[in-house]
Amino acid sequence: MTRSTKKLLNTILIEIVLITISFIFIMPIILAITMSLQPPEGVFSFPPKFFPSSFHWKNYVDAFNTVPFGRLILNSLLIATMITAGKIFTGTLAGYAFANFKFRGRNFAFSFLFATLFLPAETIMILPLFNLMNKFGWVNTYWAMTIPFMASATNTFLFRQHFMTIPSSLEDSARIDGAGPMTYFVKILLPLSKAIIGGATIINFVYAWNMYLWPLIITMEDNMKTVQIGVRMLISAESANNWGIIMAGTMIAVLPTLLLFFTLQDLFVRSLVRSGIKE
Amino acid sequence: MRRIYPYLLLIPTFVIIVLFIYYPAGSALRLSLFKTSPFGNKTIYVGLRNFQQLMEDPDYLYAVRFTLIYVAVSVSITIFLAFIIAYMLTRGVPGTRLYRTFLFAPYAVSPAIAGTLWTFLLNPVVGHVNYFFMQVFGIQVHWLTSKPYAFYALIFATVWKMLPFDMIFYIASIQDVSLDIIEASTLDGASTMTRVWRIIFPLVSPITFYLVIMNMVTTMFSSFAIVDVMTSGGPGGYTTNMIYKLYLDAFTFQKRGPAAAESMIMFAIMLVVTIIYFRFAERKVHYQ
Repeated sequence: MTRSTKKLLNTILIEIVLITISFIFIMPIILAITMSLQPPEGVFSFPPKFFPSSFHWKNYVDAFNTVPFGRLILNSLLIATMITAGKIFTGTLAGYAFANFKFRGRNFAFSFLFATLFLPAETIMILPLFNLMNKFGWVNTYWAMTIPFMASATNTFLFRQHFMTIPSSLEDSARIDGAGPMTYFVKILLPLSKAIIGGATIINFVYAWNMYLWPLIITMEDNMKTVQIGVRMLISAESANNWGIIMAGTMIAVLPTLLLFFTLQDLFVRSLVRSGIKE
Repeated sequence: MRRIYPYLLLIPTFVIIVLFIYYPAGSALRLSLFKTSPFGNKTIYVGLRNFQQLMEDPDYLYAVRFTLIYVAVSVSITIFLAFIIAYMLTRGVPGTRLYRTFLFAPYAVSPAIAGTLWTFLLNPVVGHVNYFFMQVFGIQVHWLTSKPYAFYALIFATVWKMLPFDMIFYIASIQDVSLDIIEASTLDGASTMTRVWRIIFPLVSPITFYLVIMNMVTTMFSSFAIVDVMTSGGPGGYTTNMIYKLYLDAFTFQKRGPAAAESMIMFAIMLVVTIIYFRFAERKVHYQ
């Protein structure tokens, strides 16, 4: 066999494997979409149907009627937006401090922040965090769902790394022009960081939108819950009977992040790799 | 003025991490040394008795064992598959972009939704995957309510959800491996398999190490949503892992002392993992 035929065979083999695997991977989402459009008689047909016999949009209406999804979507949007904004705000400021200033205690502050990477408070420390929220009177409020998560080591490092790549001559000339540290930060540093802020925004948003354990325990009333919990509520309400309706609810919960991902895939992937690899 | 600037800039971040991470961590430690009376009006110092009781509690020991198996199995499968698929995705075959989009999609899906999707797919009546298994292997099972299938079901959902993250990192690092090295090994007549496992896999070992750590964290903690949606720890506690047990003890059974002790144990595990990570990362598992 010549080398080029061998290469061709190799390519064909890879194509086949990749087609099969990507098919398997996307299948759950496609089946969820088709199931969400199945009329009741299609849901229970055996063997399971692939395509809905007719587009039964009523499943979506029913999902909204069973669980207050409208309100839950608003909650999730609000919470995810607040957490994202908070993380970007605190992260750019702290990143700026670490990247552009020499100060006493810098190494200590850095390690102190770094250690939190391995202390996922919203999972390990749920009980004391819950008690603290109780003390603050924040149980079942937006505060409890947002403020504790408004700072993170990953965001700080991401911005610090980025700010360090910006030539210090820019800062020097800004200072000569009489610009103070805040002017330089707002007028020069931030505009030069648009791409990285954009990437961090979507990653943080998806993270916050997908939170589960904390909203589950800190919310008491249905109208304070998030869409993630809403899907759980829908499963119990339907007692796992009408999967058309459950999958409609699932699509409602997953569509925003999925659309964000499909439209901004490159930015997503690039930022994820940048924020994930630690120095 | 310039000297106090950095401290001002750090205030927002540090107020939040001290108040909402370090302070709760401290009170977990304190709480783990106390017992609370059932009505929560009295606390007694009990030293390490909470820990001792956990060590004697067969349910807790089971949860620890189950967590170990669950983490080990799902992390190894994910790492193995992610590396192979990432390698194929960097060969530049036509259609790669489309395959990537499909393969990355579960990244945007939350663990809770991943659990819901697989609950549906494995449903004995309406589930397509269940139907597939029935046709191909002739097994008709109630996936989520019978042993050991509930465990397999969790693994499906976990691997499906976690794989894109690993793939994204592997692709980036395989692309960083210098083409010269690959070229040279091709000229040396190394077969594809040798090239992949003997040359490329060792070259990306730092990223493998990072991914193993990240995946361990994910499977230990984020798995809560998957377990809660799919099996609620059942059947009969069979799939109750450490985080689910912590949740049950803290919020369902109101056993605050033991729950705090469980937090401390998970924290200790994280600490050990972190130390191992930095020990190895410093010694540079990688090639340069």
